[in-house]
Amino acid sequence: MTPATARVAAADLDTGVGSSSWWRVALTGQVTGPLAALILAVVIFSTTTENFFSGANLALVVQQSVVVGTLAIGQTLVVLTAGIDLACAAGVVVTVLLGAVNGSLVSFASLPPFIVTLGVLTALTAGARLFTDSASYPIKSTPLTALNHGPRVGGVAITYGAMAWIGLTILMAYALTQTKWGTRIYTVGDNPQAAELVGIDVKRVLFGVYVVAGLIYAIAAWQALGRTPTADPAGYPTANLDSITAVVIGGTSLFGGRGGVAGTLVGTLIVTVLQNGLTHAGIDSLYQQVATGVLVVLAVAVDRLTRTRQSR
Amino acid sequence: MGTWWRWRAATSTLIKALTGALVPAPGVIHLNGAQVSFRNPLEARRAGIETVYQELGVAPALEVSQNLFLGREQRRPGLRGTLFRQLDKPAMRRASAEHMADLGIRIQSIRQRVETLSGGQRQAVAVARVAAWATRLVVMDEPTAALGVRETRQVLDLILRVRDRGLPVVLISHDMPNVFHVADRIHIHRLGRRVALVNTDNVTMDDAVAVMTGARSPADVPQVPLSAPGEDASSPKGRDHGER
Repeated sequence: MTPATARVAAADLDTGVGSSSWWRVALTGQVTGPLAALILAVVIFSTTTENFFSGANLALVVQQSVVVGTLAIGQTLVVLTAGIDLACAAGVVVTVLLGAVNGSLVSFASLPPFIVTLGVLTALTAGARLFTDSASYPIKSTPLTALNHGPRVGGVAITYGAMAWIGLTILMAYALTQTKWGTRIYTVGDNPQAAELVGIDVKRVLFGVYVVAGLIYAIAAWQALGRTPTADPAGYPTANLDSITAVVIGGTSLFGGRGGVAGTLVGTLIVTVLQNGLTHAGIDSLYQQVATGVLVVLAVAVDRLTRTRQSR
Repeated sequence: MGTWWRWRAATSTLIKALTGALVPAPGVIHLNGAQVSFRNPLEARRAGIETVYQELGVAPALEVSQNLFLGREQRRPGLRGTLFRQLDKPAMRRASAEHMADLGIRIQSIRQRVETLSGGQRQAVAVARVAAWATRLVVMDEPTAALGVRETRQVLDLILRVRDRGLPVVLISHDMPNVFHVADRIHIHRLGRRVALVNTDNVTMDDAVAVMTGARSPADVPQVPLSAPGEDASSPKGRDHGER
């Protein structure tokens, strides 16, 4: 190698080594697209409806996002491993245990996550209905509803639940991008064979993901009790699809290995803004579900297209 | 190179046994004169043996430096590493950049995702990873089978640079011109057994192919005498390459 080419090579390499802070890395990258979509949705609803763009309503949007947003954080972990968790909203009572059950079935028994979590969802929902005789129970206990309270800033209540949602997002963004644990989740989701070959215990990583996701669902369940202080087996009927939609719109690939919780935060806000905005526009809630369904299919199609192009 | 084996197996089985993916029932493996046995790939890697596979063993969505440190990530020194478990990304990127430059692999940025690289560059990343971590032996199983002519050439030249760093390389390949381009010594395998051990300086490519296909008897080509385990089985240049 001549000195000239060596200098060129060094210059080439220099451009890649400069470091930037981890939160900037977590925020940029794949978040710009979803962020633009969110801003567009906010602008559209602000101009077409009267009451959408008000402090009180935007605070409501945040409150409406809390449960789905927290569920979606756990869902993000699962989707990053190229899995999916359809039972995330079912675990109001036994989420961590549930995560362990899902985790063992998916990792150690090598069953497809789609079927495992669907089965667990069906069984648990039915079990909850049997346990409660399909009735909803009012919750009076203060600790269980504590997450719906919090300090008021400028007339807008900032609940502990919302803080937990944002805090968890930051915590998971750090864990995913800055720790071995996170890197291994990406590696396993991206190329499980390569992960196995370099000595990563793929099954242990998968198991851990389902357990941590279960823990996060438990927090979401706690937040849900605060928002609607009833234990209702039929509560949150669309939370599953909403959380998956939030994850996918937020730029996390269903094929695993790409994305993150910052995108999921934005994706959750898109889902909520859409539902809230359509309500303000006077559109039936069933059409809102149609819109969410269309949105998730669109997002998956985009994911598929970009993924196919990249792998060529 | 000091590796010596004797069992009836196709090269894929040989590779799996060498790298710990399979435990050979009737055979033994000697590494640097000492008998070793690996129950899994992790043990082989701990013994200093690293492997490159034909199918890309890289994670396409991760950046180059993450791929070089795949499964071996390093934490920051001090509290940030111990208490906050934070990875030392800047240090890993610096080390990766240096290592890639040492091996003469040209990429735009160490932070590029591997999927943005060409097939040859991706395999170069896989080779760079094993070269970074292997201390005893590098095994390559058809590393260029999925590559075009120009990219194959790049990877072969890279293999030569790895060899020049003093690491023994076992290359499994069906492509005789490629083998002659990089190998010092060839173990010719036929029907799952080694039939000849030759130095590339002493035989022609046609002879080697003829022995491999059975057109000529191994006795017709100048062979390297076999050494027993414990002795140094190194070729004159201290490097060894395999061929089926």
